[in-house]
Amino acid sequence: MQAGIPRLCTALGDQRMSEYSSNPPPISAARRRILQGLAALPALGLLPRSARADKPATAAVNTTGLAVTDDTVTVGILHSISGTMALSETGSVEAEKLAIAQINAQGGVLGRKINFVQEDGASDWPTFAEKARKLLVQDKCAAVFGCWTSASRKAVLPVFEQYNGMLYYPTFYEGLEQSKNVIYTGQEATQQILAGLDWVTKEKGAKTFYLLGSDYIWPRTSNKIARKHIENHMTGTRVVGEDYFPLGHTQFNSVINKMKLVKPDVIYAIIVGGSNVAFYKQLKAAGVDLNKQTLMTISVTEDEIVGIGGENIAGAYACMKYFQSIKNPNNEKFVPAFKEMWGQSSVIGDVTQAAYLGPWLWLLTAQKAGSFDIDKIAAASPGVEFKGAPEGYVRIHENHHLWSRTRVGRARTDGQYDVIYETADLMEPNPFPKGYQ
Amino acid sequence: MLFGYSFADLGSILAMQGFAGLVLFSVFVLMALGLAIIFGQMGVINMAHGEFMILGAYITFLVEKLFVAFLPGAFSLYFFFAIALAFCASGLLGMAVEWLLIRHLYRRPLDTLLATWGLSLILQQVYRSIFGAREVGVELPGWMMGSMHLSGTIEIPINGLIVMAITALITAGVFILILRAPWGRQVRAVMQNRAMAGAVGIDAGRVDRLTFGLGCGIAGVAGSAFTMIGSTSPTAGQLYIVDTFLVVVFGGAQSLIGTIASAFTISQARSTMEFFLSGSMAQVVVLLFVVGILMLRPQGLFVLKLRR
Repeated sequence: MQAGIPRLCTALGDQRMSEYSSNPPPISAARRRILQGLAALPALGLLPRSARADKPATAAVNTTGLAVTDDTVTVGILHSISGTMALSETGSVEAEKLAIAQINAQGGVLGRKINFVQEDGASDWPTFAEKARKLLVQDKCAAVFGCWTSASRKAVLPVFEQYNGMLYYPTFYEGLEQSKNVIYTGQEATQQILAGLDWVTKEKGAKTFYLLGSDYIWPRTSNKIARKHIENHMTGTRVVGEDYFPLGHTQFNSVINKMKLVKPDVIYAIIVGGSNVAFYKQLKAAGVDLNKQTLMTISVTEDEIVGIGGENIAGAYACMKYFQSIKNPNNEKFVPAFKEMWGQSSVIGDVTQAAYLGPWLWLLTAQKAGSFDIDKIAAASPGVEFKGAPEGYVRIHENHHLWSRTRVGRARTDGQYDVIYETADLMEPNPFPKGYQ
Repeated sequence: MLFGYSFADLGSILAMQGFAGLVLFSVFVLMALGLAIIFGQMGVINMAHGEFMILGAYITFLVEKLFVAFLPGAFSLYFFFAIALAFCASGLLGMAVEWLLIRHLYRRPLDTLLATWGLSLILQQVYRSIFGAREVGVELPGWMMGSMHLSGTIEIPINGLIVMAITALITAGVFILILRAPWGRQVRAVMQNRAMAGAVGIDAGRVDRLTFGLGCGIAGVAGSAFTMIGSTSPTAGQLYIVDTFLVVVFGGAQSLIGTIASAFTISQARSTMEFFLSGSMAQVVVLLFVVGILMLRPQGLFVLKLRR
């Protein structure tokens, strides 16, 4: 539909641009606020050099009929804002909108403002696939930021491969996947798990581990990796129990009793959703003091603690790549900007930060490729580095996952984590780990 | 040695698992009682039962916030006000729903199923719009969140004791109301023969509304109590609805004694299985067991003898 238009627009391009520069549009109050929050972003060193001056012609940056005009480029946001998953995915939507607003405020991508089309996956996997098709076929989105659960990603993956779209997926997940059409901005399982196990063994002298999880692919795969690491790659450590519970399980008294008898050095918990709240409340009520009993989780971010209650989980260790309390110049700008836009009481968890990386990585990749074409974006992605990431520094690997640091945080009663350890080097993403399957 | 545990361990297992089973039993009874009243006495399949529970949980959340803001001195007691208020709020909403929706559908049980399911979706979205999609944390007074230390391995969670006490009170109240009070006689009369009940001067419409309100009010109390052990989010009601129906159907829909016996059987079976099997496997075994029994006794464990 739009294939014929770009060429016409290119002819008019120069004239339009001069109009634009002599007559800037009025800045809305909301945008001004974002701009204020952004005042320091240039320090991150990623502003395109005077975006308008080297704005490439539309025909040159878009040869495949994406929704790109001389002034705008359209992207999609595809998350659940209704249904069960809305409680997890809301933060990701907020982060993506913040990143898009910030990118637009500094001149957009290849001289073009980002417009976004938002669709609701409604916590329903076929709906995700249908909306993904709509975003790619009808809206011709140059990139889509979205999905949260592995099930939703698996549902949209064939759609993105069939229509050759680009998905930026924010959640830490189980690995065992790699696609030309997906950039995984969260950590895959080995990145998240191995460093944490090494740390707890070294620092706490842990010998025995009790693995817990909700019963679906991510906790099961992650615990499998953890078990292999505990049994084969560390010395003197062993697994003394492993238990899974249906999603939404609310009664953990039996397993808590079991753990009291087995007395593991470390409880390794990958419980998700509403079950989390029940588990930690009942753990506390059963008299398990997390200051004495070491508990490590890879599934509880600051977002979940709001529901669990800080006093119920204080003392637990979490292993992931980002905590809101990380101290670095990027994060000190990101957190206030996020709160400015979405309210002072909002919290930022690991996945929210990973979602924020999506639009920025796409911007940097488009600049490197000099094009919006999906094939060029996919090819240019490896090696793209983002120095302005709130988590510090990330770089895209050949396998479309991110090199990133892994950190261990300790939960405080106010719902935040104290970061007590971070890996010295970036962890290499390894979605198909040998010896762990 | 048995299953790798010493005999001293087995003693504590018995004590703690027995208690865990009793807590689960109380939880099941509290969940199922409201549904059993509505389903058993009125024949209405209330798919929105979980949402009435969550209304109770949100009321508790609001009362907690109010006490923190205006009455911090009485914070340790706010929970009792919250429970009373949750009962009233859920009960009133239940009566309103009965008047607006359910009473038009009494002759069409399958339509009530659809209508209340729609209602549950509407309520979920209402909660989401008012309280946000995220879970809210309900802070409890310190004395409710500890445990009693009996020996090295035996610890009794206090919130479990509170749930048990609430359940005992509510159950006793319901039994007196339904089986002893004049109003309960009217409820049973309407249930057994609506036309005859009307003929002897019972206002069947009013009885229906109050019964539905009572069932929903008890759901509200359950939701309020479950803030101690579970999460409060717009969709958390869905976590309980399957177990609730399981208990009511297994016990025999029209018998309150049946509901209690079934809650006891299922909770003890599950808590024992969960100890020796993984949580998911325990669920599977318990469900198979229930399906097996229901194939032999389609009416459930207890059947009310009636002349039709």
